[in-house]
Amino acid sequence: MNLDLSPEHELIRSTVRDFAESRIGPVAEELDRESRFPYEIVAELADLDLLGLPIPEEHGGAGGDTVSYAIAVEELTRVDASVGVTVAAHTSLGTMPILAFGTEDQHAEWLPQLARGERLAAFGLTEPEAGSDAGAARTTATLDGDSWLINGSKMFITNAGTDISACVTITAVTGEVGGQSEISNIIVPNGTPGYEVSPPLKKMGWRASDTRGLTFENCRVPARNLLGERGRGLAQFLEVLDGGRISIAAMGLGAAQGAYDLAFGYARERQAFGRPISGFQSIQFALADLATEIEAARGLTYRAAWLKDEGREFALAAAQAKLYTGELSNRAVNTALQIHGGYGFMDEYPISRLYRDQKVLEIGEGTNEIQRLVIARQLGLP
Amino acid sequence: MNQGDTNAIEAALRLKEAAGDCEVVLVSMGPDDAINSLRKGLAMGADRATLVSDTGAAGSDIVGTTNVLAAVLTHETPDLILFGQQSADSDGAVLWAAVADRLRQPVISQATSLDLSEGKATVKRQTEYGYDVIEAPLPCVIAVSDGINEPRYPSLKGIMGAKKKPQAIVTLESLGVGAEQAGTAGSRTEVKSLNDPPARGDSQLIEGDGEAAARVLAFLNEKKLT
Ligand SMILES: Cc1cc2nc3c(=O)[nH]c(=O)nc-3n(C[C@H](O)[C@H](O)[C@H](O)COP(=O)(O)OP(=O)(O)OC[C@H]3O[C@@H](n4cnc5c(N)ncnc54)[C@H](O)[C@@H]3O)c2cc1C
Repeated sequence: MNLDLSPEHELIRSTVRDFAESRIGPVAEELDRESRFPYEIVAELADLDLLGLPIPEEHGGAGGDTVSYAIAVEELTRVDASVGVTVAAHTSLGTMPILAFGTEDQHAEWLPQLARGERLAAFGLTEPEAGSDAGAARTTATLDGDSWLINGSKMFITNAGTDISACVTITAVTGEVGGQSEISNIIVPNGTPGYEVSPPLKKMGWRASDTRGLTFENCRVPARNLLGERGRGLAQFLEVLDGGRISIAAMGLGAAQGAYDLAFGYARERQAFGRPISGFQSIQFALADLATEIEAARGLTYRAAWLKDEGREFALAAAQAKLYTGELSNRAVNTALQIHGGYGFMDEYPISRLYRDQKVLEIGEGTNEIQRLVIARQLGLP
Repeated sequence: MNQGDTNAIEAALRLKEAAGDCEVVLVSMGPDDAINSLRKGLAMGADRATLVSDTGAAGSDIVGTTNVLAAVLTHETPDLILFGQQSADSDGAVLWAAVADRLRQPVISQATSLDLSEGKATVKRQTEYGYDVIEAPLPCVIAVSDGINEPRYPSLKGIMGAKKKPQAIVTLESLGVGAEQAGTAGSRTEVKSLNDPPARGDSQLIEGDGEAAARVLAFLNEKKLT
């Protein structure tokens, strides 16, 4: 048994950490305050191949493994979750379904520009009336000659409305089979008439990331934009979410590590009662507990990534990692802010942003409750 | 890897990108795992790396290190040898001078810009009051300042491609460096003791009380330093 990361993994970590601290850290507060999408940073991420990290080289990606990808997302989120989710959603949700289920033509049309990071991709599953219960989707796509006619709406979609968004892959009801909705995946290019994105949604956190509502009104796309088999849409998206959970787990891990690092640094500088507060046992224990749980979270997350790389069953590991890191990151930002005292409540202190950015990690890509459901099913419970 | 060395690698890569037909080779001396530092340079874009790793080289001071590096460089016969300004651990900033001396090559330090043409290097050398423009015939040794460039980040493809690039780990013997020339045997430095620098007796502490800036200015004026 060997739990060491390879020298490449270590170099990826130090490179992404250095990049995040020197290029993203200094502007994170401003991006958050102005709710501004960081186009400049996205361009730099593209230069570093971070927008196509696990995509094979023949499709324009870097051909990295899932462990490398998890490390990169962790390190970005440690400094700025908005950047972390932009990369994670683009890669795991936007690009992966096209890689996994696309035809050769669809690969050629979409993957190179997405993997090189010239354009971003989105994944539209959630609807205003269908979140956890994704099968309740109401958006319809009707085959009309050689095109799909799409009507309906989507909610909370990441990366759908940036100036460089290329497309969104949606779930849509394409018919009825045995009294049940037949759900399929369809790629809708940005700029297609009848496809509109709302103004950016105003959010508690992840403010420098792009989140929109989408509407489709007699929106027509070519029949060949069907992704994968007709009627396999939900199964495909559930499979995509299994992989996506590894990246959200990596975000939870990064958020927890970032919060811990801020608290650790602050505790050693802040004086109270004539000594650094890091000298108080209650602060030491809080940090000791966090450091311990973060190591556990890292083990779960990298193991899920490693199982995927080995071509083994990873859905259970990914859901466990996602659930654990989501809840851990919540404890971590809470404890870390507490250690900052009143300063932690001030916008100037990054911990306040990490605190706001954290919550959605327990909601997106399956809430904590849904993770428990997935885990229970994987355990064989009825 | 030393920050200063990444500036030197960046300078080398830019020369290669401009000139095309040349090779960037990384050379270092250190324990086996120093290859990981060199990998970063390979990931940035260098073509190959040579690491001298030998228990006989452990404990080398500047003289021993110079003997070893000069031996590698004599084998390689590069047109240009670039160094970072100084090491991150001991802030030495002398190795480049010692190596140039051993190779009997011209040396320029504190380079803030560097051009090669017609067999010579033209360097802007940073000084306290501005810069000197210095030319040297190739081959020569140049130590670049940290202001010469902003080193690139290695790309992910670069990182993953680095392990496939040639990386030689060589011994003293293969370089023809005798045991008496390296390691503690080849060193001339003997550390007797290490102490903090003596306190400056004549320093003045000006506290921030609203008037501090004015007092600092008055002090500088008095010393004619404004
Ligand atoms: C910032 C942000 C970005 C997002 N990006 C995307 C994106 O790119 N693409 C996309 O498709 N979606 C995206 N989402 C949507 C996200 O995946 C959903 O919000 C999430 O799945 C929950 O759905 P919901 O909001 O409809 O909540 P609901 O499903 O209405 O859940 C409400 C509550 O009920 C609980 N609940 C529901 N069902 C059960 C059950 N069976 N048992 C126990 N409890 C239950 C939930 O856990 C939750 O606590 C994003 C959301 C946010 C906030």
